[in-house]
Amino acid sequence: MTALLIALLLLPLLGAAATLAPAAAFGPDEETRERRALGFNALVTGLVLALAAALAAGFDHRQPGRMQAVVDVRWIPALGVRFHLGVDGVSLPLVVLTALLTFLCAVYSLKRRPTAEGTPSARAFTGIFLLLEVGMLATFVVLDLLLFFLAFEIVLVPMYFLIARWGSGAKVPAANRFILYTLLGSAVMLLGFLLVGLKAGTFDMTALAAAHGHGLSHSTQVLAALAIGLGLAVKAPAWPLHSWLPDAHTSAPTVGSVLLAGVLLKMGTYGLVRVLLPIVPDGTAAFAPYLGALAAVGIVYGSLACLALARPGRRGDLKRLIAYSSVGHMGFVLLGIASLTPVGVNGALFANIAHGLITGLLFFVVGSLKDRYRTSDLDTLSGGTGAALYGRAPRLGALLAFAAVASLGLPGLAGFWGELLAMFGAFQPAAGLSRSAFLTYMVLAGLGTLLTAAYLLQVVRRVCMGDPAQPAVAEPAELRGYEAVSWTPLAALTVVAGLWPALLLTLSDPVVKRLLGVG
Amino acid sequence: MTTSQPMGTHLMDLALPHAGSLIQSVDWVAIAPPLIAAVAALLVLLADLLLPESGKRLLGPLTVLGLLGSLVALLPLTGRTRSTFCFPGAGCSYTADHFALAFQLLALGGALIAALLSLSTVTDDRLPAGEYWFLLLSSATGAALLPAARDLATLVVALEVVSLPSFALVALKRDARGGEAALKFFLSSVTATAVMLLGVGFLYAATGSLQLDAVAHGLTVLPAQLKPLAEAGAMLALVGFAFKVAAVPFHFWVPDTYAGAPIPVAGYLSVVGKAAGFAGLALVTSIGLRPYGHTWGLLLAVLAAVTMTVGNTAALRQRSDSAQGAVRLLAWSSVAQAGYLLVPLAAAGYAGTPHPLGATLAYALIYGLVNLGAFGVVGLVARTSPANRLDDYRGLFARNRWAALALAFFLLCLAGLPPGVVGLFGKVVVFQAAVNAGLGWLAVIMAVNVVIALYYYLLWLAKLFTPGEQVAPTRAPAPLAATLGLATAGAVVLSVAPQLVLQVVGGSLF
Repeated sequence: MTALLIALLLLPLLGAAATLAPAAAFGPDEETRERRALGFNALVTGLVLALAAALAAGFDHRQPGRMQAVVDVRWIPALGVRFHLGVDGVSLPLVVLTALLTFLCAVYSLKRRPTAEGTPSARAFTGIFLLLEVGMLATFVVLDLLLFFLAFEIVLVPMYFLIARWGSGAKVPAANRFILYTLLGSAVMLLGFLLVGLKAGTFDMTALAAAHGHGLSHSTQVLAALAIGLGLAVKAPAWPLHSWLPDAHTSAPTVGSVLLAGVLLKMGTYGLVRVLLPIVPDGTAAFAPYLGALAAVGIVYGSLACLALARPGRRGDLKRLIAYSSVGHMGFVLLGIASLTPVGVNGALFANIAHGLITGLLFFVVGSLKDRYRTSDLDTLSGGTGAALYGRAPRLGALLAFAAVASLGLPGLAGFWGELLAMFGAFQPAAGLSRSAFLTYMVLAGLGTLLTAAYLLQVVRRVCMGDPAQPAVAEPAELRGYEAVSWTPLAALTVVAGLWPALLLTLSDPVVKRLLGVG
Repeated sequence: MTTSQPMGTHLMDLALPHAGSLIQSVDWVAIAPPLIAAVAALLVLLADLLLPESGKRLLGPLTVLGLLGSLVALLPLTGRTRSTFCFPGAGCSYTADHFALAFQLLALGGALIAALLSLSTVTDDRLPAGEYWFLLLSSATGAALLPAARDLATLVVALEVVSLPSFALVALKRDARGGEAALKFFLSSVTATAVMLLGVGFLYAATGSLQLDAVAHGLTVLPAQLKPLAEAGAMLALVGFAFKVAAVPFHFWVPDTYAGAPIPVAGYLSVVGKAAGFAGLALVTSIGLRPYGHTWGLLLAVLAAVTMTVGNTAALRQRSDSAQGAVRLLAWSSVAQAGYLLVPLAAAGYAGTPHPLGATLAYALIYGLVNLGAFGVVGLVARTSPANRLDDYRGLFARNRWAALALAFFLLCLAGLPPGVVGLFGKVVVFQAAVNAGLGWLAVIMAVNVVIALYYYLLWLAKLFTPGEQVAPTRAPAPLAATLGLATAGAVVLSVAPQLVLQVVGGSLF
């Protein structure tokens, strides 16, 4: 088990290092090198997925609250940093989700080459992609505050290059914005970590969580919660710190968007649950009403922005629209966390995973639409009556409709449970929090679900329906084999998680109760 | 005549009564590191006179050997503190403790890397070999002597031994730019020395001693009427050191001097010259002026905040098509880094112990390695594009893959982003020093600065990997390539095992 966890991080790291080998090692001519590099990418990410699956299989499901596969060795004694890793019921699903999404992205890139005119070679892509995977996986398994910060930072440079070099449109400003925002957040977060480490005398997350704030004065907790929360809120992103997200998504390549929405945003909310809730509980409680308010505003704001983008004549960008919808969905996650109740936090974690699956799928589909039409502008795409995907490419249209319906939270699909539980948490927030405030947030969130349904149905109407006979900007090809292979697992898991939510909730519930210090 | 009383008796102390005790046994092992460098400098000078023209290419390797010898001489000193040149009852003038050893490692190691980088520069730019190597070794001698100095006179002399040869080194290119660069450097540095000497004089007048420990003691038992004198002296001495470390507002000479100097010399100044200034500043503040900790702590904190902000904003405004843009960017970035290095010094003032200085030391060691590495790559690029604009770095990855990857790694270390893990943890220890000392506001300012700095490093980094015009790839000369390889390997090893360098944070220094 322990070896599995180390291999999980080491394998992509070595894979990334291997791409630095001289070009000749990958093949005699450029075409072969490209092909082999992408094949190598799929191979390594596939092995990582296998390792993650083995980890999940070997995980003791009767004790999800216990840290398993623990590694704990000294790394930098001078700073008190330990190389401390482990998985429990909260991190395991995220590890598997990360491994799955990266593998699917790698498979997708096999056929849909990330290289085009002016982009670097596929070897560079593979190296960056694998380094990104190291950072994402590390974030979910490290148990030392400074290691968490390190993992948080590892993803920045690869994601920057993924957007700036393989993106489209105003990609460099978008990438700059992404990295500057996130770095500013994480630098402030580091100060919070150092404050906690100074006052508590350790950076070990399990020890700090077990102490549950003992030994940290109220003012220290408030200050630390503010600093740490700020850094994580940028990443999540919470309104009004979200403004890097739509640009980054609009410019990012498809696989970049999928990982950004599917995994990177989760790093922020995971941090809130793993660090903020248990380590500085008093500080978190002080800020919870504000976080809840920001979450509620984010939900409504995100859906209103989407509604505006979805209207005809607004030249709304489809990828931008999904990005704003992410702001709304992450608002539910934040609201669940802010309620500080087991129900709400469980719902938040569930919504986390669900959003990763559904939005990952949405970005895949929308990205491929952008490839087919050479634009993601909704007005151009839909023409006079609608793009008529049902008629022209029925399977692609059906998948988009499925993802949209899942995203709006149809019962029976993954999107439903998380948001329901988050709102339920807000209905009865933890003792000490103002119930009337949270009831208001809940009502706003409920309004948000209606608005979400409105814009998503609007999107489905304009993209999937319409008159197939009308002239279109391009004739969209039907769902291709590699697309089906890389997308179906997401669709299937969306159904599974929707029909069998206990699968995830039984894993997370004991951990959440422990993190919140209730039983 | 109350004021002249302590001074007078002390002068008497120095003169006749203890004349016998001045003839003492010298701990040659303790002073070996600067001594070997000094002897090597003299050997180089002699060899330059005696060797025929064809033999002068041996001077470079001789210098490298001398510096290696000095570095090896550090090894037997680890473990316990040794002192020499002691006055009975007045402390010692030379002490080889952890602080001194670590700064000597930085000074001599930095000089070694600079010397290795210079091997090809000296022949290619037709610099006068004998003078170049002699001056480099002399300056390194001063830099190695300084951290071990424990009295104000030795400190000032050592600092001048670092500076005086540097002026000549900068001017060795013998073109208009080099002359201007050297003159600017000379004028600002001499002003600094004059101010510092005045400050030292005041401190001596007030406390009656030049020994740092005795100065500290003297300040605590100062008669009231001497207080203004001592405070003015402390202030002037600090201002002098602020010049030497190029803290704002005494930083104007930096970009022009670096851009006019031979590139390895610019690298040398940015690391070794700065290290000497910081060692002196740390010694004077943390030992000599210990009783005034809160005053200079605040002063240094403000200086740190302003220095990093000015350095970073100026670097941000560096245009990518201006001549010598790369060196100028590194020059401004070194001003900003000096700001980070000042943070733990300020924290030491607030904390009242020299413990936070370990963070400066660790950060300076990391910064020294990666900054010299970056200067090395810049020197390599300058061979094919003498204008050395930032735009000349476009497509470096396609032309010279390893040089580009090395520079990318160094820049990421300077920015403090993974995979430059060691740079990241260097910043973490500096942040930690600030937070531990309760300097939260300074930590926040530094956090913002780190983000600003990231932007210009990143722009440069991104240029390396964008397609550029096709220039035939050139091979780096073997010594340069080997040095860069070593520096990169060092930075990578430190990134995997940061403990190797960060251990200076935990241990006791003095």
